[in-house]
Amino acid sequence: MVESKHQWKAWLYLSPAIILLLVFTVWPIINTVAMAFQNNYTAGLGTAKGVKIAYEIGVENFVNVLQYENFGQILKNTMLLCVATVPISTVLALLIAVALNSIRPLQKFLQTIFFLPYVTNSIAIGMVFAAMFNIIGLREGNTVADTWGIINNAIMLFGGKPINWINQGSTYWANMVVMIVYIVWNALPFKILVLLGGLQSINKQYYEAARVDGTSRRRILTRITVPLLSPMIAYVVITGFIGGFKEYSSIVGIFGDTMGPKSEPGRLNTMVGFIYDSLNAGTIGAQGKASAAALLLFGIILVVTMINLQVSKKRVHY
Amino acid sequence: MKVVLQNLTKIFPSRDKKAGGEVVAVNDFTFEIPDGKLIGLLGPSGCGKSTTLYMISGLQKPTSGKIFFGDDDVTELATENRGIGLVFQNYALYPHMTVKQNIMFPLENLKGADKMSKDQMLERAYEAAKLVQIDELMDRKPSELSGGQQQRVAIARALVKMPRVLLLDEPLSNLDARLRLQTREEIRRIQKETGITTVFVTHDQEEAMSISDMIVVMKLGVLQQIGKPQDVYDDPVNLFVAKFLGTPPINVLEGEIKGGKICIGGAAVLDAPGVADQEVFIGIRPEGFELDENSALECKLSNVEVMGRDVSIVSTHENSLNPVIRSIIDADNKVDVTAQTVRYNIKPHKLFVFNKETEERIYF
Repeated sequence: MVESKHQWKAWLYLSPAIILLLVFTVWPIINTVAMAFQNNYTAGLGTAKGVKIAYEIGVENFVNVLQYENFGQILKNTMLLCVATVPISTVLALLIAVALNSIRPLQKFLQTIFFLPYVTNSIAIGMVFAAMFNIIGLREGNTVADTWGIINNAIMLFGGKPINWINQGSTYWANMVVMIVYIVWNALPFKILVLLGGLQSINKQYYEAARVDGTSRRRILTRITVPLLSPMIAYVVITGFIGGFKEYSSIVGIFGDTMGPKSEPGRLNTMVGFIYDSLNAGTIGAQGKASAAALLLFGIILVVTMINLQVSKKRVHY
Repeated sequence: MKVVLQNLTKIFPSRDKKAGGEVVAVNDFTFEIPDGKLIGLLGPSGCGKSTTLYMISGLQKPTSGKIFFGDDDVTELATENRGIGLVFQNYALYPHMTVKQNIMFPLENLKGADKMSKDQMLERAYEAAKLVQIDELMDRKPSELSGGQQQRVAIARALVKMPRVLLLDEPLSNLDARLRLQTREEIRRIQKETGITTVFVTHDQEEAMSISDMIVVMKLGVLQQIGKPQDVYDDPVNLFVAKFLGTPPINVLEGEIKGGKICIGGAAVLDAPGVADQEVFIGIRPEGFELDENSALECKLSNVEVMGRDVSIVSTHENSLNPVIRSIIDADNKVDVTAQTVRYNIKPHKLFVFNKETEERIYF
C-alpha cells in the first residue's frame, strides 16, 4: 500500500492515460447511452440557431433500428460471418501453429510469412481478394466475360465451371464464401501468433512423457496439446467473436461501400456498417439511431462473450 | 531384464558452427546393469548421467555404441517399443488430468492385442497407485498434491505399463530434505517389491550410496568407477571418485613417497613398500584418524565439534588442500580442547595414495 502523502504522485503519473481515456472512451460511451435514449436525437440540430432542443426520453431509436426493413438481413450477415469464420480460423490456426512448432528449419522465416497479413492493410488485402475472385472485363450488360480472376482460372484448370463470385448477378452464398475465405485468411496471423506462443511455452517434457508411453500423434494433439493450450484457444475464440461482430472493413475491402455487388447494394451489410450508414445519413434522428444500434451490438457481444466465458469455464483447464 | 551398454557415445554438435568444438557428453561407456537391481548413475552436473539415462530410454539417440535389454539390441528401437517407464525430474504430470487419468494414460495408448477394457485399466491403475500409496488421491489434480505425492504419481504412471526397465531422472531433487529421506526408502521398497531393473540419476552421493545396489560414478562423460557403494567408497580408483564420495568429504594432502614410506610434510605416516619415490596426493577418510600422542603427524587444532555419538575434530595442516582437516573419532576419546596441536595415527585402509599428475590411485 502506498503511503497517502505519495498518492498524488501516482495520480500524476496515471493522469495522461486517465485523461485520454475519460475524454475519448468514457465520455463517448456515456454520451452514446444518453443519445440512444433521446427520441430522434440529431447532432447539431438546433445548436446552429442557438436553441437547445429538449428531446423526449424514450426508446424510439431502438424501435427505429428494429423496424428498419433490412435489420434482419444485417443481423443475419453479422451472425453468419461470426459463426462461420471463428471456428474455421481457430482450427486452421491451431493446425498451422502445431505444424510450425514442429519444424526446425525455416521456422522463423515461415512465422514471418504467416504474420504478414496482420501488418497489411485490410482494404488492400480486400482489393487483392476482389481481383482474385473477380470477373475482370465483364462490362455492364455483358453476359460473357473476357477475363477471369485467378480463382476462376484455377477452377477452370481443374475442369470446373467458373463461378460468379462477387460481380453483378452473383448469389448471396457466393458472396458469403468469398467473405468467409477473406475473413478467415485475415484472422489467421493473430491467432497463429497467440497459439504458437502458447505452444512454445508448453513444457517439452509432457511430449517426451507422451512419447515414452507410445501416444499417437493424434492423441497427443487432442489429449495433451489442446487441453494445455485451452486458455489461449479460449482467448482467440472470445476475441475472434468480438472481432467478428465488428466486421465491416473486410466487406468494404471487397465490395466497396455499396456493401454488396453493384446490383444488390447493402446485401452484405453488417451491424457496424449499419451504424456507419445511420451516422452518415444526415437525416433527423440519425445519431440517435446509430447510438441505439451501437448499444444493441454491445448487448449482443456482451451476451455472446458471457456464453463463451461460461463454456470456457468448463472446457479450459486450470 | 539386464541392461548392457556397449561403447555408448553421445556427441552433441556445437551450437555455434563457426566456433566448432562439439561436446562429448558420454564417452565410450561400457557396462552391464544386472537384472532386478537398483543402479545409481552418479556424478557432478554435466557429467553425462542424464544423457546416458535418456539414451537408455530412447529419447536420445547415441552417436555410436549399442544398448541391449537382455539379449535384444534396442539401439534402433523407438522409445515407445522399448518397454521402459520414465520418471522425469519435474515429474511431467499432465496438469489437466486427474491422478487417475494420468496413471491410466499410458494404458489407453495400447493398441491391438494389448488393448484393455476400461475396467482392466482401472484395476491396473489402482494396483499401481496402491503400490506407491496414493490410491486415496485418485481424483485430485496434480496441482493439488504435494511434491512427494506428485513424485509417487509419476512413479505409478511409469510402473502401470509394467515396464522392463524403470528410469528415474533426479527423482529426489525437487523434494525437501525430510521428504527426500522418506522417498528414497520408498523408491527402494517399490523397486524391491516389483523387482524391476531400475536406473536412477543423481548428483547426490549420499542418496546414491544409501539405496543403490551398484553405483556408476561419472565425470565429464567418462565412466570412472562402477561397483557396490561400499566397495567404491573403500577402494576408489582415482582422486575424483575418492573426493566425490563421502560426507564429510575425504581430506586431501600433498605428500611424498620416500624410501617406501608415505610422508606428509616430513612426517612418515605409513609404510608403502615397493613404491618408487615421488610426490603424491594423499587422501584420508575422516574416520581414518586415531588420536595418538606419539604419532608423527601433527596438525594445528582449530576446534572440536561434539555430535554426541562422535567427535569431529577440525584442524589444519600446511599440506592440506582443503581449508581444514576434519576427522571423526569415537566420543569415548577425550580430546584436550585447549591444546594447540593434535597428533594422529592413520588407519592404513582409510588412506589412499594418488599420482600427482594423473590423479590415479597408487596401490601398495
